[in-house]
Amino acid sequence: MTRRVVVVGAGPAGLGAAAGALRAGAAVTLLDAAENPGGQYHRMLPGAFAAADPGRLHHGWRGFERLRDHVLGHARCDWWPESAVWAVERPDRGVPHVHVLRGEADGAGRARHVLVPDALVLAPGAHDRVLPFPGWELPGVHTAGAAQALVKGERLVIGDSVLIAGTGPFLLPVAASLLDAGAAVHGVLEANTASTVARGWGRRPWELPAESGKAGELAGYLGLLARRRVPYRTGRAVVEARGDGRVEEAVTARLRPDWSVVPGTERTIAVDALCVTHGFSPRLELPVAAGCALRDGAFTEVDADQRTSVPGVHAAGEITGIAGAQAARTEGLLAGWIAGGGAPDAPEAVRTRRSRDRARAFAARLAAAHPIGAAWPGWLRPETVVCRCEETTYGALLSAGGDPSRNSAHAVRLGTRAGLGPCQGRICGPTVAELLPDAGGNPHHRPVAQPIRLGELAQPPVENPIENTDRKESAR
Amino acid sequence: MTRVVVLGAGIVGAACARELTAAGCAVTVVERARPAAATTAHGEGNILVSDKEPGPELELARLSLRLWPRLLEALPDPEAVEWEAKGGIVVATTPEGAAALRAFAAGQRAAGITAAELDAAAFADAEPHAVKDVAAAVHYPEDAQVQPAAAATALLGAAVRAGAVLRTGCEVTGAVTRKGRITGVRTTGGTVGADAVVNAAGPWSGEVAARLGVRLDVRPRRGEVLVTAPLPPTVFHKVYDADYVGAVGSGEAGLQASAVVESTRAGTVLIGSTRRRAGFNDRIRPGVLSVLAARALRLFPSLAGVPVMRAYGGFRPYVADHLPVIGPDPELAGLWHATGHEGAGIGLSAGTAAVLRDLMLGREPEIDAAPFRVDRPAVRPEGRAA
Repeated sequence: MTRRVVVVGAGPAGLGAAAGALRAGAAVTLLDAAENPGGQYHRMLPGAFAAADPGRLHHGWRGFERLRDHVLGHARCDWWPESAVWAVERPDRGVPHVHVLRGEADGAGRARHVLVPDALVLAPGAHDRVLPFPGWELPGVHTAGAAQALVKGERLVIGDSVLIAGTGPFLLPVAASLLDAGAAVHGVLEANTASTVARGWGRRPWELPAESGKAGELAGYLGLLARRRVPYRTGRAVVEARGDGRVEEAVTARLRPDWSVVPGTERTIAVDALCVTHGFSPRLELPVAAGCALRDGAFTEVDADQRTSVPGVHAAGEITGIAGAQAARTEGLLAGWIAGGGAPDAPEAVRTRRSRDRARAFAARLAAAHPIGAAWPGWLRPETVVCRCEETTYGALLSAGGDPSRNSAHAVRLGTRAGLGPCQGRICGPTVAELLPDAGGNPHHRPVAQPIRLGELAQPPVENPIENTDRKESAR
Repeated sequence: MTRVVVLGAGIVGAACARELTAAGCAVTVVERARPAAATTAHGEGNILVSDKEPGPELELARLSLRLWPRLLEALPDPEAVEWEAKGGIVVATTPEGAAALRAFAAGQRAAGITAAELDAAAFADAEPHAVKDVAAAVHYPEDAQVQPAAAATALLGAAVRAGAVLRTGCEVTGAVTRKGRITGVRTTGGTVGADAVVNAAGPWSGEVAARLGVRLDVRPRRGEVLVTAPLPPTVFHKVYDADYVGAVGSGEAGLQASAVVESTRAGTVLIGSTRRRAGFNDRIRPGVLSVLAARALRLFPSLAGVPVMRAYGGFRPYVADHLPVIGPDPELAGLWHATGHEGAGIGLSAGTAAVLRDLMLGREPEIDAAPFRVDRPAVRPEGRAA
């Protein structure tokens, strides 16, 4: 009987996983909450890449298109767009069940489905991470991902006079798409010092040639900034946003390697928008719900073949470590191949592992070049909002966390409401965990992984939807 | 000064610590994890008389209702506890349910509880967004709600300010005994000497009792609650269907669900609650949440489009005869139990602590404590060694 593999997420990792499982001979159900495959990677393309270096970067885009067309057009692949996984259920025995809502997120009448796979590949990706600073809750302060989505999706530029700040390589494509869309970009501020960045890039230089395409892509962005006379400064950050009702000026300051502010280096710049990114937070609620062990509490633990600690559950992409599209795609290929019943020692598996390890090594270099400095909480004031949904302040968190009679994660959450709003701690969760490291609790524990309306929840699930795959196959 | 070790920093342990410290004891609270992190944080914060039939539990609930306002008054920040005397409305949707509800309410009235039947117009007035065609609705103005973790940590904070010592991340591993009397507990953080030990470990108190060398048949019973996105004021009381009373009083192992719908100060609506025995298995079952949603929509069909943001589940300390366990352990002198409140521990904690204090100090408790004694068949079955 054909093995059934459910793949959650259709970004580079999920598409790779679907391709790997199909190649192994399995029937695949590929799910994504979005209307189109591609995930965050898709949102970055093609405009931003074209702006930087159309020739080379369109090549990467064509690779993505080929993979997408191959997977979606495959007879054994059932593509479920606009399908949100709202729960993963662990049965007493066997592979976890996947509870899905199918249909437009804003539309009425999404149907509830339950998928019972032979193997499950989780590839839900990551979302923007933003550290708080005074004024970050003002309108006009955007995450880099949100700014990208506005520019790419709706051709909306976030402002006429924009400052981009934070850390990581993602600052660059965001700057490129804003420039491309006609915004005046004042500058790009990388919080890490030049020596931190250089040290990260300079490690193990023999690994670089293999990933020269990626390095060249970044160099292309830097060239674009130079041509457009947009300064790229290291060791500098936005430490405050000010404005009456929306952001009007940004206070920048020079940082030490640990991100503490060098006194007296503050400067004020008039802006009408700020774009901030501090890397990515993996979306861990599904692996946590599936019972997967975490590595350092931060990523899904996987073995050399992308197996998690739960039999039949595989993981790929950013939930196993923030490593970018190339690593995600190869992790996906391997995860899907193994999930689909492919032999771990098959030549394609060996090749895939090798290119995955190269991509991961490159990602490790990036991570070393762009760490989060431990002294960032020094930017905060007692009245600084940490949880934007519930307007919980840094002072309220500190006072709860400092009192041993009420410092459990649960009591802090219920007492300060940090993490209880609409985003359910996806934005502030990592921050709160970092500010109160001893509170305990699992910030990724979200048994309801996506909002589900009471009416949808009350309906019984649609019967046996996964059978469709077999029918589709036999009909051809 | 009597040295008392309280095991567990949930609401019951916190209330006992506060009461015993106030009575002059030197109290140490030993908590395996952190305060108010388990059962206490996973409930709705019920302070109810409406779900209790006349008898010892209702008397304990009434005592607690008398004590709560005084406890709150003595706190430095009573607002944080989010006490709301919102009242409860129990609704029956079938004729049989209505007859049972009326009989139940009549019994409670005879016991001194205010239970006023609402006609259709009065119910629609009290809960304009609820279902219109109900067979019967009874209003219990004495029902109240608190934010449970805040209540527990406030009581614990009061105890600590009065001199109690809190030891978190400290798990009890055994008893130190001398001549048949407990003289201390061994913990992962060393031995703590005591003249008296109070087992307030909630669903884990059976396990704690076993470590101390005695039997106590308290088991976990799983419950789940749904939380919606914040809404404008929609639900004004604690509204529940009459089956809730049946679910509380039942010993069935399988799933029982009856809707309890209420809003919190933050604007979210809480929908509880299920009861099933599943050991300490903490996996949330979507099918169970589905049943809960369907039950809630029977009461509030207009909530169908409201998104559920999260669900949480916890364990309640369950005793087969549905009565708390409060009193000395006859098999081990110096050991006391304060546990087994199932889903009512938040409300009953105040009365429980007062009764325990009186028993410990040799005073006459305000209510008859004999029904809560440890050596009753439901708690200590015959012929089974520890």
